[in-house]
Amino acid sequence: MPRSLKKGPFVHYKLDKKIEAMNNSGKKTVIKTWSRSSLITPEFVGHTFAVHNGNKFIPVYVTENMVGHKLGEFAPTRTFKGHPVKK
Amino acid sequence: MARIAGIDLPRNKRGVIGLTYIHGIGSSRAAFILDQAKVDQNKKVEDWTDTDIAGIRQVIGNEFKVEGELRSEVQMNIKRLMDIGCYRGLRHRKGLPLRGQRTKNNARTRKGKKKTIAGKKKAPK
Repeated sequence: MPRSLKKGPFVHYKLDKKIEAMNNSGKKTVIKTWSRSSLITPEFVGHTFAVHNGNKFIPVYVTENMVGHKLGEFAPTRTFKGHPVKK
Repeated sequence: MARIAGIDLPRNKRGVIGLTYIHGIGSSRAAFILDQAKVDQNKKVEDWTDTDIAGIRQVIGNEFKVEGELRSEVQMNIKRLMDIGCYRGLRHRKGLPLRGQRTKNNARTRKGKKKTIAGKKKAPK
């Protein structure tokens, strides 16, 4: 079931504040965030986020196509490089 | 010969069933289309008159995306997921299930037919 419309999209409130401050001042810096569950809103476009994947921060540049997805979708948490080859 | 959306419909079937041969039309849409076009659902495809067919074509054209157009839309959606590099896109690239299903066993729909690996031990009883 989708989230109730009454609440609006979920964006972590501190992240929201930072974005607003950046949009108002016109500055662009990388924002470190742990908030993987925050929805990408149109205000995010053009900014770069360093999204935590549990180990390190993955840089994510937000484009228009990404609106409606969550930040965590762009920072994979698992590293599977394939099965080991037997000698 | 009823030819709709580039597909030859089976002649000897009932209208509702015949329409489902079109990609993007299932039984409920078929029923809706015939309802809108005022054609009896039980009328066989071969008994459709030219006006019936024209009406059906018009309803499909106005309401639904079917066949090639629908397929290309689906492909575009998948391509978008792959291009933005989100989790679902990565799973599409690898040919694995997208929605968190297990992949230790099963998931054969996405993974395709079993690939036997030489020298792999059978599970002990």
